[in-house]
Amino acid sequence: MTRAAAVTGAAAVTRAAAVTGAAPPGAPYDVVVVGAGVVGSAIARELARFPLRTALVDAADDVGEGTSKANTAILHTGFDAVPGSLEARLVREGHRLLTGYAAHTGIPVEPLGALLVAWDEDQLAALPGLARKALANGYGAARLIGPEELRAREPHLGPGALGALHVPDESVICPWTTVLAYATQAVRAGVDLLLGHRVLDVRPGHELVTTRGVLRTRFLVNAAGLHADELDRRLGHRDFTVRPRRGELIVFDACARGLVRHILLPVPTARGKGVLVSPTVHGKVLLGPTAEDVDDKAATGSTAEGLAFLRERGRRILPALLDEEVTAVYAGLRAATEEDDYRIACHPGQRYVTVGGIRSTGLTASLAIAAHVVGLLTRAGLEPGPARELPAVRMPNVGEAFPRPYADAEAIAADPAYGEIVCHCERVTRGEIRDALASPVPPATPAGLRRRTRAGAGRCQGTFCGAAVRELFEGAR
Amino acid sequence: MTGTGTTGTGAGTTGTGTTGTGTGTGTGTAERTVDVLVVGAGPAGLAAAARLAARGAGTVEVLEREPERDLAGVRRRADAAVRAGAVLRAGATATGWSGPLTLDTTSPSGRARVTARAVVLATGARERPRAARLVPGTRPAGVLTGGQVRRALDRGQPVGTRAVVVGAEPDAVRAVRTLRGAGVRVVAVVTREPWRRPGAVTGRLPVLRGTAVAEVLGRGRLSGVRVRHRDGRGTTLACDTLVLTGDWVPEHELARSGGVALAGGTRGPAVDGASRTSVPGVFAVGGLVHPGGPAGGAAAEGRAVAGPVLAFLSGAEPWPGAVVPVEGGAPLRGWRRIAGRWRGPWW
Repeated sequence: MTRAAAVTGAAAVTRAAAVTGAAPPGAPYDVVVVGAGVVGSAIARELARFPLRTALVDAADDVGEGTSKANTAILHTGFDAVPGSLEARLVREGHRLLTGYAAHTGIPVEPLGALLVAWDEDQLAALPGLARKALANGYGAARLIGPEELRAREPHLGPGALGALHVPDESVICPWTTVLAYATQAVRAGVDLLLGHRVLDVRPGHELVTTRGVLRTRFLVNAAGLHADELDRRLGHRDFTVRPRRGELIVFDACARGLVRHILLPVPTARGKGVLVSPTVHGKVLLGPTAEDVDDKAATGSTAEGLAFLRERGRRILPALLDEEVTAVYAGLRAATEEDDYRIACHPGQRYVTVGGIRSTGLTASLAIAAHVVGLLTRAGLEPGPARELPAVRMPNVGEAFPRPYADAEAIAADPAYGEIVCHCERVTRGEIRDALASPVPPATPAGLRRRTRAGAGRCQGTFCGAAVRELFEGAR
Repeated sequence: MTGTGTTGTGAGTTGTGTTGTGTGTGTGTAERTVDVLVVGAGPAGLAAAARLAARGAGTVEVLEREPERDLAGVRRRADAAVRAGAVLRAGATATGWSGPLTLDTTSPSGRARVTARAVVLATGARERPRAARLVPGTRPAGVLTGGQVRRALDRGQPVGTRAVVVGAEPDAVRAVRTLRGAGVRVVAVVTREPWRRPGAVTGRLPVLRGTAVAEVLGRGRLSGVRVRHRDGRGTTLACDTLVLTGDWVPEHELARSGGVALAGGTRGPAVDGASRTSVPGVFAVGGLVHPGGPAGGAAAEGRAVAGPVLAFLSGAEPWPGAVVPVEGGAPLRGWRRIAGRWRGPWW
C-alpha cells in the first residue's frame, strides 16, 4: 500500500460527517470536545479508543486553525519547565509519547538537539542554573560547552558567543502533521469532526448552541485555546483569563538550511526571553518569536517593528541568515494566562473539564494532556468501557529528512502523478495534492492544503504554482 | 520530436546515490547522456538550445519543469529549438546534482539521471513575493505577484475587482495592462521609484511615487492597503487585490546546490563575458543572471552562449581559473546597474 492509500482508506465513509458538518440528530454525545487544535484533537483521539460517542467541534473550517498552526514547531524535552509543575510532568511524558507516536505515524521529527547560546556574561552565568533545572526535571543529558565546541558545532554563528548549554534531545517536528494525524485517527475511529460549528452558548444539561445547530452531550471538554476562558465563563467559572501573547516569526528559504545545525534557543534571563533560530522539518529556518501582549484574540498580523526586531536579533545570532530570502512571515497567538502553569481543571458536578492556559509546550505535551484529561473525565463519572486499538494511520511525509515522492522512482513508476511536480519550490507532486484532497480530514482552503502538502509554502509563495494548485483544489470540490 | 533516446547509459555516468540505477526497467532511475543539457525553456534557454543544435553541438536537451500546456508564451521559440534538433522535455524538473555535470530529474515518466558534457542554466527569475518584501499586516487572500496574476488569468481564474499595483516600469505597466484587460479596476500604482512616463500608459491612473505599502489589511480576503510616502504622509487604499511586480530575484537554487558561486549584487551566478560560471562546464544565461531583463535580451544572451559552449566542448579553451563577475562588463548593450539592479536600455 502506498503511503497515501493508508490515509485515504476511510475517506468515503467519514467525509460527509467531517465536511458537511451537519449536527447529527438524536442521542446525545458521551463527550464533546470544543476546540480542534493540537490539544483538542489529541483528546478526541484518546477518547476514540473507547466505545463512546465523541464529537470534536471547532468554529474554524479546519483542524489546527488557531494557535496550533503558528508555533515554533519544537518537540521539547521539558528541561526548562518549572520543576514540579503539571506542565513539567505533561511535557516530559508528552515528549516520550509523541516521539514514539511520530515514528509510528510518519510525523516528521528531526532530533537536532538544542544549544542555549550565551551572548553575554549574564547569560553565561545563567547556564549552570539551567543545567540544574534540567536535572530537577529528570533530564540528565544537558551539558555546558565552551566557545570552541560551540563554534565547531555552529560555524556560522555570529561573533561574540561565550558558550552554550547543549540539550541533545530537543527536536523539531511538523506541527501541522501532528494535529492532522490525531484528527485523522479520531475520525477513522468514529469521532464526529464538526468543523464550522462555533459554540455560541452552553445551556443547562450541556446543550451546546452552535452556529449549525444544538449539540447535546453528557460530558464536556473545553480545549478552546484562546477562547477557553470565555467558554469557562459560560459554565460559571472565572478561574483564568486568556491574555493573547503575539509571537511574530520569519521563515527563511531552504537555501538557508545549511547555515544552522541545531535549534538555537535563547537563554532566559531576568531581562526576558530572546528569540530562537531553528531549522524546520520542512527544510527552512525559523527566526522568532516576538512576545507582545495584545487584547485582540484575532491580532495575527505582523508588524514593521516586530520584523525589524527579529531581523536585528537574527543578524547577531546568524549573520548570513539575513542575506537569504524570506518565504513566510506569520504571527501566532499564545494562550497565556495570569499563571505560568497549565490550567487544567475538573468539575465533576458539571461533568466538565477545562484545559486552559496551554502555551507553546502544548504541542509536545498533547498526548500526555489527552491521557490526563480522560483520567479526569473518568473521575468525573465517565465510564469509558474497554479500550481498543486505534486504526493505524500513516501520514504522508512532508519532512525534508525523509524520502518524498518526487525522488522516489518506485512511487512514480507505480503512479506517474508522483512524478508530476506542481509546486516547484517545495517539490510537491500532483499525487500528493490529490491524496490530501481525498483524505479523511481534507483541507477547506488552499492554506489548509499548503499545511498538508507544503504546496505554495516555498520561496515563490505561489507565483509559479498558485494557479495550478487552485485549479486542483477547486476541481476536488 | 527528434533527439536522443531516453534510456541510454553512457560512459561518464556516476551511478551513485540511493535510487536504483537500472535503465528502462520502469522502476529504477533511467540514465542517459547528452552533449548539452539546458535547464529552463524560457527565452534564454530555448535560444541557446536552438543555436547549439543548429551549430552541431550534438545532442541538445532542454528540461522544463512546467508542463507542455504552460509553454504557450514561448511556443514560437520552443518550436524553433525543436526544429533545430533540440529535445524539449516539458514537465521534467532538475531536482539536484549527482555529479559535476550530472543532474537528477523527475517527470511523470520517472526519475532520470542525465549526464552532459556541458550544462546551461537558464532557470530564470521570479518577482519577489510579499513575505520576502517584509510587508507587514495580516495574511489575506488577494496578495499576488504579477506573474501569479498572469498565470491565474491564463487558467481562467478570476483575480479580483479592485487592484493596487506595486512596482516600477516596465513591470508595473505590464501588470496594469493585464489587469485592465481582465476587467479589473486598477486603483493606483504604488512605487518607490521615479516614474518616467506619467500618463503614457496609465492614463488618469494615480501613480503614488516615493510611496510604499506599509500594511496589508483584511481577514480572509484583502480589504485594503495602508500606504506611506517617504515624507511620512499616508493613506489607506481600499482594494481586494494587491499585485507586487518587479523586484526580481534569480531562481538560483539549482545553481547554488551545484556549487556555483554567486554574484554579490543580484545573487545570480557570477559569470564572465562568455557566461561561464565558477564550475567548469556550467554556463548561466538570461534572467537567472540578469533578473528582470527583457525577453529579447535574454534570448540574445542565449544565442551568444552557443559559441563559448561549443569552444568548451571542443576543448579549445581552458576554463578560467577565477570567474570575473559580470559587474565588470555587462554583456548586453545599453544595460546598466542602478540601485543594485540591472536596468535595460529603456531606463
